[in-house]
Formats: sequence, structure tokens, C-alpha cells
Amino acid sequence: MSAHANAEAAGHVPAKAGLFVIVWIGLVAITGIEVLLAYEQVAPGIMLTVLVGLSVIKAGLIMAYFMHLKYEKFILVLWLVPAFMFCVMMICIFFFPDSLRLGSSAMH
Amino acid sequence: MAHGERDVAVNSAWAGGVRPFAMGSKKLGMWLFIISDSLTFSVLLLSYSYLRLANADWPRPFPFSPSIIFSTIMTVVLLFSSLTMVMAVAAAARGRRGTAVKWILGTMAGGAAFIGLHLTEWMHLIEAGLRPGANPWGSPLFGAVFFGVTGLHMTHVAIGVIYLGIVATGFGLGKFKPEDVEVSGQYWHFVDLVWMFVFPLVYLMSVHYK
Repeated sequence: MSAHANAEAAGHVPAKAGLFVIVWIGLVAITGIEVLLAYEQVAPGIMLTVLVGLSVIKAGLIMAYFMHLKYEKFILVLWLVPAFMFCVMMICIFFFPDSLRLGSSAMH
Repeated sequence: MAHGERDVAVNSAWAGGVRPFAMGSKKLGMWLFIISDSLTFSVLLLSYSYLRLANADWPRPFPFSPSIIFSTIMTVVLLFSSLTMVMAVAAAARGRRGTAVKWILGTMAGGAAFIGLHLTEWMHLIEAGLRPGANPWGSPLFGAVFFGVTGLHMTHVAIGVIYLGIVATGFGLGKFKPEDVEVSGQYWHFVDLVWMFVFPLVYLMSVHYK
């Protein structure tokens, strides 16, 4: 099988090692920021918000570059991401008001 | 179906019809599995957050040194295994079988190291008194959630190492295609992705400050 045919079979995979290394360095750097936040004893509310935000950025980088979602047809993103987000939002809507109520009643 | 008809379907505006996402069935199947498994981990992590918010005495058992430093090393090892996996996929796409197999073996070594480090951490926590139904620090639910979340993730890593071993063998022998390497890479990166949420939510949010 030729190299071109191999690339076709693998689904338009960009063979740019440099790009992957840059993304990887970015992921390690974001991890470093997260650990620094824990070391600096940032307030829990701010820390949770920032950590979740950074984790979403890391997940996006991994999916876009390492899992090649960036190079797939956009219809795949439109199909997968909203469906996933809808399920997670529904879980949050039904779970968290109750847990916050339990938490506040436990403190009193 | 004629070859020409398939091409027309793939090249239409929405690329619908025969292959709506213009990818092989294995890759699409893996994406579907990843989404369903993402929901499993989402529910586990949201349950963890729910219980944490609802219990005022939720434990914070991880001192920055050595626990957080140790788990940071675990994170970097897993991230490094993702880099070797992406190199394996790129090498497979270029038709370099030997190089791809070496990168996959490197990824397996990273996964095995992660499991070893994780089990070491578990043993230390068990020695300190952490059990699925009890612990010396606070809410007894912590142990169940901690072992549940990290145990399911570690199981995924162990399955991934076995899966990669099968793919490396098959690809090395010429029985598997580059697409098979890419699909196994999708799974591995997903395992890495899940840890990117487990690490901050379970570890970094539970640092014990003196």
C-alpha cells in the first residue's frame, strides 16, 4: 500500500509532528497552571471555575488535534457535541439544586 | 452499489447518503462509543460533585507534597503517552509500520507506568485507612466515589494497554490498516481526556493545606 493510500485509509490525518508537540506542550503548560492554582490556595469557588474552564480547553485541544476532530466533517461536531452537552445540562439541572439545598441545610 | 454512486453521495453538500460523515464504520463506531462513555464518566463526576456539595465534612486528604506532586507526575505520564500515540497514528498514515509499532509500544509503556503509579497511590491511601465505605477524615462516601471514579478510569487504561497490544501486533504483521491504529488512538486519547477532568476535580480540589 502506498503512503498516499495509507493516508487515505487513515482518514486525512495530518502528519505534522511539530504541531502535535506544540499542542502537547500547551497541555502540559495548562496542567502546570492548574497545579500552581492548587499550590497558591486559591479560593474554592474561583478555583473550581478556573479548573473546569482549563479542563474544557484541554479537552478541546485533545479532541481537535489528537483525536483529529478538527480534520473531520463539521457535521460530526454538530452531531456529537450538542447531543452530549444536552445530556450533561439535563443532569446538572436535575442534580444540583438538590445538592445545594442539602449542602446549605447541613451547614445550618 | 456502484462506485460512482458512492462518490456522488460522499461529495454532496452534506456528504450524506452512503457515508454521511465521510469516515469508516470503525471510526464512527468509536466516536459513538466515546460519546456514550463520556456520559458515563460525566455522571460519575457530577455525582462526585453532588455528594461533595451536599456533605459539609467532605474530606480533603491530599497534601500538596507528596500527593499532588505524585498525581501531577501521573498526569504528565498519561499526557506523554498521548503524544507517543499521536506519533504512532502519523507514522501509520505514512505507511511506516515499524515506526508506528514502536510508538504504540511506547504508548503501552506509558499506560503501564500510569497504572503502576496509580496502584502505588491507592496502596498508600488504603494504608492510611481509606476504604469504599469508611475513612478517617470525614464523609464515608468519599472512598466509594474516589475508588469508583479512579477505578473505572484505571480499568479503561488497562483495557487500552491490551487493545494497543493487539493493534500493534496486527499492524506489525500487516493484518490491520492505518485506520485501525487511528481508531485505537481515539480510544487512548479519550482515556487521557477523561483524566483531564478527574485530576483537577478529584485531586486539585481536595488539597489538604496545613
